[in-house]
Amino acid sequence: MTAAREMPIASNGDVVLVRQYVRGVAVEMGLSLVDQTKVVTAASELARNALVYAGGGAVRVETVENGRRRGVRLTFSDEGPGIPDVDRAMTDGWSSGTGLGLGLSGSRRLVDEFDLESAPGKGTVVTVTKWGR
Amino acid sequence: MERVPILKIGDILIVSIQVDLEDQSVLTLQEDLAEAVVKHAARGVIIDISVVEIVDSFIGRMLATIAGMSRMLDAQTVVVGMRPAVAITLVELGLNLGGVRTALNLEKGIALLDHVRSAAR
Repeated sequence: MTAAREMPIASNGDVVLVRQYVRGVAVEMGLSLVDQTKVVTAASELARNALVYAGGGAVRVETVENGRRRGVRLTFSDEGPGIPDVDRAMTDGWSSGTGLGLGLSGSRRLVDEFDLESAPGKGTVVTVTKWGR
Repeated sequence: MERVPILKIGDILIVSIQVDLEDQSVLTLQEDLAEAVVKHAARGVIIDISVVEIVDSFIGRMLATIAGMSRMLDAQTVVVGMRPAVAITLVELGLNLGGVRTALNLEKGIALLDHVRSAAR
């Protein structure tokens, strides 16, 4: 199993590196091509969110196991302004910045487990998990 | 920063995205394409994404923006070669490509442009 890895998200180039690393781990965990594509796309959205809304952050990429199932878990954290109304932020079309308002709600649909913790002034932590079939 | 080359065949511009683009490269491509459409009086733009492994909301918006921008400049855009896994992911992500025309491959893309233009005459 690949050891967990913490990656910085401080530039556009870092977003590309996160995508590439997550792809590699998803392949290693035996995710199908469609599931790889979904989790890499979610990683790209969430990494860009951290960059655009919080000025940067970090992601922890780790492998998970549950019986015979294997998967990849990503924990994005930032120390940005936080999200005042999480329910609203999870709504399609809602956006506070330059995005399309699909970053959070769209990412949630692409993964199996999605958890978001945020409060104004406290930053944001988003944890997503994608399991192999 | 990677710069995506723009090829010209007759009055069609062809862009083949071969690398994992970072956001700045995407914005540069939009500007380069707008200038190239005007400079060459292009009537069609084909964007080949057959080796692109993911299209997220940023790249999706780029495709819609290029299509809209080209339309303003009297050119039609066709996105060709989308991978099946990318199509499935885009639909679940909820991204609407804003009326961007697509074709399965470059050849069909060129045929679509010819068809659109003969219909407009």
